[in-house]
Amino acid sequence: MSAPGAVALTGIAHRFGGATALTGVDLGIAAGEYVTLLGPSGCGKTTLLNVLGGFLRPDAGSVRIGAEDVTDRPAARRPTATVFQDYALFPHMTLAENVAFGLRMAGMGRGARRARAEEMLALVGLGGLGANRPHMLSGGQRQRVALARALAVQPAVLLLDEPLGALDLKLRRAMQDELKTIHRQLGTTFVHVTHDQEEAMAIADRIVVMNAGQIEDDGPPERVYRKPATLFAAGFMGEMNRIPGEAQGGKLETAFGVVPADGAGRHVLCLRPEAVGPGRTGLQIGPAKVRDAAFFGTYIRAHLEPRAAPGLILVAHLPPGPVPTEGAEMDLGADMSDLNIYREP
Amino acid sequence: MLRVLPWAYLALALAFIYLPVAVLVLFSFQGGALPVPPFDGPSGQWYAEVLSDEDLVGALWRSVAVAAGSAALAVALGFGAALGLARHVLPGALAVRALLIAPLTVSYLIVGLGLLILFQRLGLGPSLWAVGVGHVVINLPLAFAILYAAMGAEQERAEQAARDLGAGEAQVIVLVTLPMLAPALLAAFFLSVTLSWDEFIIAFLLSRFDVTLPVEIWSLLRSGLSPRLNAIGSVVFLVSVAAVLLVEALLLRRRRA
Repeated sequence: MSAPGAVALTGIAHRFGGATALTGVDLGIAAGEYVTLLGPSGCGKTTLLNVLGGFLRPDAGSVRIGAEDVTDRPAARRPTATVFQDYALFPHMTLAENVAFGLRMAGMGRGARRARAEEMLALVGLGGLGANRPHMLSGGQRQRVALARALAVQPAVLLLDEPLGALDLKLRRAMQDELKTIHRQLGTTFVHVTHDQEEAMAIADRIVVMNAGQIEDDGPPERVYRKPATLFAAGFMGEMNRIPGEAQGGKLETAFGVVPADGAGRHVLCLRPEAVGPGRTGLQIGPAKVRDAAFFGTYIRAHLEPRAAPGLILVAHLPPGPVPTEGAEMDLGADMSDLNIYREP
Repeated sequence: MLRVLPWAYLALALAFIYLPVAVLVLFSFQGGALPVPPFDGPSGQWYAEVLSDEDLVGALWRSVAVAAGSAALAVALGFGAALGLARHVLPGALAVRALLIAPLTVSYLIVGLGLLILFQRLGLGPSLWAVGVGHVVINLPLAFAILYAAMGAEQERAEQAARDLGAGEAQVIVLVTLPMLAPALLAAFFLSVTLSWDEFIIAFLLSRFDVTLPVEIWSLLRSGLSPRLNAIGSVVFLVSVAAVLLVEALLLRRRRA
């Protein structure tokens, strides 16, 4: 781990007054990776980003970037640059001056600075607008300037703190694609904080799910979605049906039959809505009554009440087709490979 | 009838506020030696007389110096205090903030008397410098309050961004904090100038021979009414109005930005 963009966080712990923000977090990031820190507000993801950026000195633990221990270095002397949620542009400077600020601090000459600023603005699709001022721009454009400003200093690690949080959905999608393109173009390590699991899946090579100051899961998006490490990660990565059961002697007993499981005591069997459907074999949910159903374009979202477990409402994403009527019955099942079982907390 | 009433009330209220000023200005152009009706001007002789009076012009320049100097010092001190309290977690910050703003509630008479006693004890005695110190005392809370309020979260994030991009603390202040605060700094400065410019009681208590304009006017008043006084008063008023208009322009521009 000595490539300039490699990151190693070891045993990071921090408290704000009486509140615990991080409890012994270990995280390694390879150079050039695109990692998202995903979690609900207050989970410690932004605190971890601030520790990495040098805005916060952790109570315990060390931060290494490349071959160097930067734990005691302030933000100004770290090879990181941050894109802030509220952009934090300098309102009294032109866009070109904003983008060139870091280069000016590094002592680059005026002419070289201007050329590089124009190049960075072009990279984010704002070429030729260097003489404008931030207040003349839309939110999406401001975010692009913030991105160009951070990238201009050629950081080893780019930190993005909920960068798309203030944008509308359509613009957010477009910016996600663009971030990914820029990442591929530059090969810089990107660490991106978000609370939106769709955004995390859309852009990241790797998702780190955090909760209550700890890492709950860490892996490629598909694995974290399909086989989450914990019940929390399972719930946070998307909608989930939770079927209670009792484990004993290598088996889990549920209202829909027995499935193999380790451990003992109360457990939860989790099923994604798209894993539930008619004609699946493995877990036999059996006949279920349709409570309501709606057409969503690529799928039909339905609430179903299985006969075997009255009172339990399952959510299913059924293949598009005729929308089932309320009260209709269908025979449901789920593939064994889509099941995840967790100990009930 | 009922629709006329509010307008009549407004006209009365405005007349109540502005009529004395209008009369003052009008009779500064009086032709005769008494500033009472009938008006027999216009004549610029009283302005000419005022501007050739060395005592008055001397007092005017002293007032300008005290106003500009004390306002600059109050703004500088207020900026330092606001930056410290807005950007750092300090023990007893709440109490310090309250103590900094508290002098706003102390009457100028008390401030003046207190400073007079202090300067006498220190063996310094009254002087123009003492007046300047007194005006810093009354303007510092105001400058602090204006600047502290202007140092919001948005500005703090911009400062953080500057640090992130490699700026040292001095560079952050010079390149980001001060330019972003420019409207508030100027507003605090000109408001302080206005308050110092026509402040009487502290200037009266703390000066001896080198008096400021309000004190000079007061001593002229004792020799009876004259259109000269109206002319001086008009000059004082004009300067105050100019400063207040500047403040409003700066603060309103900031709100729109």
